[in-house]
Amino acid sequence: MHDARGQIRRLPGLRLWLSGGWLLLLVLAAVFAPMISPHDPLEQDLFAARLPPFWQQGADPAYLLGTDSLGRDLLSRMLYGARLALTVALVAGTLTCLVGATLGLIAGYFRGWADLVISRLVDIWMAFPPVLFAILLIAVLGTGLTSIIVAIVVIDWTRFSRVVRAEAMSQGAMDYVASAQVAGRSRLGIALAEILPNVLPTIVALLTLEMGIAVIVEAILSFVNLSISTDQPTWGGMIAEGRTSIYQAWWVLVFPLVALFLTVLSFSQLGEGLKDYFDPVLR
Amino acid sequence: MSYLTIKDLTVRLKNGVPLLRKVSLEVKSGEVRALVGESGAGKSMIGKAVLGILPRAAKLTGGEILLDGEDLLTLPPKARRAKIGAKVALIPQDPLTALNPSRRVGPQITDRLVDILGWKRKQAEDRAAELLDEVHIQSPERVMRSYPHELSGGMRQRILIASAFAAEPKLIIADEPTTALDVTVQKQILKLIREMQERHDTALLFVTHDLGVVSKISQSLTVLYAGMVIEETDVRTFFAEPGHAYSRALLAATPKYTDPDGSLMPVPDSIISQVEQQVAAFDAQLKR
Ligand SMILES: Nc1ncnc2c1ncn2[C@@H]1O[C@H](COP(=O)(O)OP(=O)(O)OP(=O)(O)O)[C@@H](O)[C@H]1O
Ligand SMILES: [Mg+2]
Repeated sequence: MHDARGQIRRLPGLRLWLSGGWLLLLVLAAVFAPMISPHDPLEQDLFAARLPPFWQQGADPAYLLGTDSLGRDLLSRMLYGARLALTVALVAGTLTCLVGATLGLIAGYFRGWADLVISRLVDIWMAFPPVLFAILLIAVLGTGLTSIIVAIVVIDWTRFSRVVRAEAMSQGAMDYVASAQVAGRSRLGIALAEILPNVLPTIVALLTLEMGIAVIVEAILSFVNLSISTDQPTWGGMIAEGRTSIYQAWWVLVFPLVALFLTVLSFSQLGEGLKDYFDPVLR
Repeated sequence: MSYLTIKDLTVRLKNGVPLLRKVSLEVKSGEVRALVGESGAGKSMIGKAVLGILPRAAKLTGGEILLDGEDLLTLPPKARRAKIGAKVALIPQDPLTALNPSRRVGPQITDRLVDILGWKRKQAEDRAAELLDEVHIQSPERVMRSYPHELSGGMRQRILIASAFAAEPKLIIADEPTTALDVTVQKQILKLIREMQERHDTALLFVTHDLGVVSKISQSLTVLYAGMVIEETDVRTFFAEPGHAYSRALLAATPKYTDPDGSLMPVPDSIISQVEQQVAAFDAQLKR
């Protein structure tokens, strides 16, 4: 009994630390990339092409994680790639959250015609396959960081609005809302001071999840060469390049893939952990 | 002096189906009136109409609601809100959902005093502590710093009672305030409401479906069936000689504290069909 309970309690904490740790590492890498990168991420050296990572035979210690088929340093490219991944995650995630959660709160608590319009819009949105939608949008907007962010917000706001709407609706039916109404609070006041705090844990969990999704979307777009200019290193672009030389140099594919995987996983785990932290009942 | 007077109140669903059928009802200053009826009779709907929080699907289509002689329905919305906020309070049914789970208890009591009545925060906090003490809560300061989930159901209901009385309203609407609690706690809460009501001399509209509590708390009662007033009388008369066949049947269907094991009679079908006919006749009359 005691053991089982102790473990269940300890697990979320560990999860929070591990995922938070990886993301912190990533932030540091992104911020200090120019200082800590051992090489210029764009510098080619065809004599040093496809060098393996340090623990393998024939490695060059100057290239810790090896090089790609053009002889570019993988570690440096990964560090610069983290910059783009994190920028997209933070900016696109936050904007998507703001747009989606606001619309969801309006639809779920204020109801009426606003709900009708927003819910119809969500239905229509859900009918589009997201990846296709993204590629279409980029084709229209043109490539570049801003386009990626706009595309993510435009595609993914429904993820927030659907969930927030449902939660705001069920909170709106609670007696404490009736009491606040009787006491003379305005509807906007109730939405912000009474409903929002109760939906916040869910919003936080969704926000971190969305950051992970933003990283994936950016990687997919880079993979199909629709992200930003091709000479800027991105994880998705590296994966695309690594795919062609998987039998000769697996590391070119595997390192960015692992980074991507860990990052997305960390975002979602961080969300779960933070959700509990923000929930007064579970705290 | 009548503090709340409801005259011919009619509430319909958007599609025209009536939920309240010309309900008239009166609560005198300092009086406790019970509002009884089976589930779905429209008891809560009356409370919501008075408090101005009817659900979106329902619409008030006729009648008057006089509070202290002033018709709420003819007041502009802002003035109505202000008047209700200052004079009327609600003790809700479910203490689990009646407190906001993500906010501490203290501010939930003082908000109303600060925002609506313009009290200073310190003054409001002192008042809240005083009231928590009045509803027999030990260490009010600690309770005010707690989150609702840290407190028991009975404790929360005490807090809601304190909160309702905090601004010294003239009328309190209690919507089945003990239904969600277990029996022993029910009795304490009932006693507490009665005690507070007497001390503060507040008019109380006590909604319940339990005739057993009616004689304990109220002086008069209104019996509701399908949104229609079946009988309205004082408690003594009601228990001695109920005027309507439905009331008699309702009484026969209620366990008695003096004879808890005595046999119970469900309300007979013949009487249900009799009241249903009355309702149908009423609706036909309304249409004309
Ligand atoms: N939001 C709503 N939309 C549509 N109909 C409603 C709504 N709320 C209540 N009703 C209907 O109004 C009628 C009266 O409901 P009300 O809640 O007043 O009953 P009640 O007497 O309080 O019953 P209970 O003892 O179960 O609380 C019921 O027939 C119910 O179905
Ligand atoms: Mg009810």
